[in-house]
Amino acid sequence: MNQDKIRNFCIVAHIDHGKSTLADRMIEKTGVLTLREMQNQVLDNMDIERERGITIKSQAVRMIYKAKDGEEYTFNMIDTPGHVDFGYEVSRSLAACDGAILVVDATQGVEAQTLANVYMALDHDLDVFPVINKIDLPSAQPQEVKDEIEDVIGIEAQDAPLISAKNGIGIEDVLEAVVHKIPAPVGDPNGTLKALIFDSIYDSYRGVIVFVRVRDGVIRKGMKVKFMATDAEADVVEVGYFGPGRFIASDELSAGDVGYFTASIKNIQDTRVGDTVTDLANPCSEALPGYKKVMPMVYCGLYPADSAHYSDLRDALEKLQLNDASLFYEPETSQALGFGFRAGFLGLLHLEVIQERLEREYDLNLVTTAPSVVYKVHKTDGTCFDLTNPTNLPDPSEIEYMEEPIVNGEIMVTTDYVGAIMQLCQERRGKYLSTDYIEQSRAILKYELPLNEIIYDFFDALKSRSRGYASFDYELKGYERSELVKLDILINREEVDALSFIVHKDGAYERGRKMCEKLKDEIPRHMFEIPIQAAVGGKVIARETVKAYRKDVLAKCYGGDISRKKKLLEKQKEGKKKMRQIGNVEVPQAAFLSVLKLDNTD
Amino acid sequence: MLINKDSLSIYVHIPFCVRKCLYCDFLSFNCDKRAIDDYFVALLTEVKEKSADFRNLQVKSIFFGGGTPSYVDAEHICDTLKCTRENFNVADDAEISIECNPASAIYDKLQAYREAGINRISIGAQSLNDEELARIGRAHNADMFRETFENARRAGFDNINVDIMSALPGQSMDSYMETLSKVVNLNPEHISAYSLIVEEGTPFYDMELDFPDEEEDRRMYHETKRFLSEHGYHRYEISNYSRDGYECYHNKVYWKRGNYLGLGLGASSMVDNIRWKNTEEFNEYLSHESNKKELHSLTKSECMEEFMFLGLRLTSGVCCSDFKAEFGQDIDEVYGKIIEKYIAEGLLIKDGDNLFLSDEGMDVSNTVMADFLLD
Repeated sequence: MNQDKIRNFCIVAHIDHGKSTLADRMIEKTGVLTLREMQNQVLDNMDIERERGITIKSQAVRMIYKAKDGEEYTFNMIDTPGHVDFGYEVSRSLAACDGAILVVDATQGVEAQTLANVYMALDHDLDVFPVINKIDLPSAQPQEVKDEIEDVIGIEAQDAPLISAKNGIGIEDVLEAVVHKIPAPVGDPNGTLKALIFDSIYDSYRGVIVFVRVRDGVIRKGMKVKFMATDAEADVVEVGYFGPGRFIASDELSAGDVGYFTASIKNIQDTRVGDTVTDLANPCSEALPGYKKVMPMVYCGLYPADSAHYSDLRDALEKLQLNDASLFYEPETSQALGFGFRAGFLGLLHLEVIQERLEREYDLNLVTTAPSVVYKVHKTDGTCFDLTNPTNLPDPSEIEYMEEPIVNGEIMVTTDYVGAIMQLCQERRGKYLSTDYIEQSRAILKYELPLNEIIYDFFDALKSRSRGYASFDYELKGYERSELVKLDILINREEVDALSFIVHKDGAYERGRKMCEKLKDEIPRHMFEIPIQAAVGGKVIARETVKAYRKDVLAKCYGGDISRKKKLLEKQKEGKKKMRQIGNVEVPQAAFLSVLKLDNTD
Repeated sequence: MLINKDSLSIYVHIPFCVRKCLYCDFLSFNCDKRAIDDYFVALLTEVKEKSADFRNLQVKSIFFGGGTPSYVDAEHICDTLKCTRENFNVADDAEISIECNPASAIYDKLQAYREAGINRISIGAQSLNDEELARIGRAHNADMFRETFENARRAGFDNINVDIMSALPGQSMDSYMETLSKVVNLNPEHISAYSLIVEEGTPFYDMELDFPDEEEDRRMYHETKRFLSEHGYHRYEISNYSRDGYECYHNKVYWKRGNYLGLGLGASSMVDNIRWKNTEEFNEYLSHESNKKELHSLTKSECMEEFMFLGLRLTSGVCCSDFKAEFGQDIDEVYGKIIEKYIAEGLLIKDGDNLFLSDEGMDVSNTVMADFLLD
């Protein structure tokens, strides 16, 4: 195919600014789909994504557009995840594009993620053009938003299409703009095969389906290909394009094309996002730039609520991993929770998504332990290791020092809440860097923050303290030495390993106290008094007591009607089942989660 | 006490009250005379219809409960009892009880009951403190209770129960003990002492009231046992005390899973391990249709569960040998682990063949009983 008639692009936007809706309308307008085929949001086809309004796995779709100049163009639209946890995936998706449409909400203007995503697109040398969405809303301020885009981002915005994706206004203008403002690909169709993997999914019949952008050369059926980073080899079984919601097989993909291939690959780990695919017989000399192995940032323990479901959990994790190469897990055992897994995630949202998918798609009831970041522990014997589970922290006498991950955080907030947010960052051990006012009413606060201060309830706290007006973005800066201690929780004098975590020594008392208070509310009363203690290095720093149950008796049981009594007992029994036995104390699963949400302004 | 599988107890529900007490969640309401008459027509029809199935069983006890049985004309009660005797095989020495409310049980009624053969009367005093009575919405005061009690004696009742309640709003330990000692001074044969539980759906549930705290509640409860035993009443069930020989047979039938037939609106029955419940819809009941709603045949597991959680309400608890005789399995085979756990915690006591709740166990009996439900 003539590369001049191809446009490879993505849409970038702040969450909720209407990216998916615009994608739907473009697919509709290009006529590849009938209305009947349209699901509400074609691109987001996982349930969770629809409910949360976020896109998790990137996907692509090919559209045929007959432009006003009479020519037929092939559009490959690559959908990118919108969340900071998936930053690397976003970056690889962008690398597969030549340009980007920036969607800005006419009522909200530029937001933190808008900036982050645009800068990332510009970093990948993409040509970015803006569209102003939601212009039909009464509070729309298209001209102000255009000015803001020019002021804040520095890209031309005066001729930005004014649209309403929801109501199908101005979509034609967007399609024309794609033809004129997104550059055509400029690869060498006759060169050695060089294709970028920007995503892959597992299909139980075809094995891994690899999503690629072909830079140079041609990939066709029957060819032997090589994955440069993993050195895996495979025979190409099928190549093709992304039809809306389905795959359309073709003979080949050549330079400039975006499509997929299958090669009976059983292991998704072989096809890493960002890797380069080349011709085994005639490999290219160097891989496309930018590949990196994705490392989990956050770890937590995943345990089946009912220990009998351990193997179900293992099977479910195996299946999820087939479609999500960034999910890491290994078996672990907890004294309190029994057999389970320690799992690594790109971030807290990734963790929550996986947890929800396990519960929803695999019908599992889970207990999740407090998320932990990866600490570097330098021991007195000169060795150093990565600590992913607080329980494995060696005796303090064996530790020379510890390091914790630090992120560069950017918080965009309306000026009214700058004070509240600065206080929050202060409480979270943030190191203030700068404040940039992007206009009179809004500022970007820059802080260095320890990652372990933001993985628990930072987002919630941010939202509640800014009444929803703050948005947050971060990237890993590196590791810094820190005074860290392990905080242990003892329930009825028994240490509960699943509740232990690492905390800065200055915050240990405060956090220990809050945890005890929370647990006191969560643990039901028993027939005996239950002390709940927080301890650092064997020294108790906080204590609460769950008083003994004195009365749990049904005094009257009338006229032989025992049904109510039985129901009451059944309810009680059911309640006990949702508990975890720790020593002789029954602890509800919710207790393990409640201690993650400790911000005190709620 | 022997509860024979060839015997039957009958419960007759009288769902009428002059007004509903603020804590009450039993099936009762106020009605005009016409509706009450209709009800008894339907009730007598049910007595006759049901009796056909139970002629082979000897009726050992009859209990008129409510609502307020004494609220309706004595004739209705006496007719119902007469009809029951005519249609069922009622033992000569059957225990026949009726619940009375001090406000409605005038002497003439009591005398009529006695003449009809009712031999046990249960008076709902609840408290002998007029302020407390007003707060819980009772229609009587302490003097009316005393008068009713004396009338019952005068009418010839030699087996009287008095219902009292602890943990009432605004009640103090002192006022409760005063009620208790005044009741004891009247020398009833039986005392039921309930600790108030505020049920969802009752007016109390939504009211801001000053209840005694849990500690106080338990003190009242424990004092009840101490005080009553000092005065010659022994506890035989979580909330029931009596003089020797005056334990309520009918009450124990429920806990020992004897056969019982419930007649009247919303009444529950269990015969031969089959449970059912009459309709709670008044008009449906009057139409004589669907009086036998769905039958539930208890599984063996359900029978075991009931054996335990009902039996443990009695201070004598359950007999391990009875368990084996009824189910053909050792009790330890089914419940060994739980029994061991609660014995270790001091909530259950095993004494020879008997397994029963300790005093501490009684306080938290639901927690213990819940563990006897099988998966």
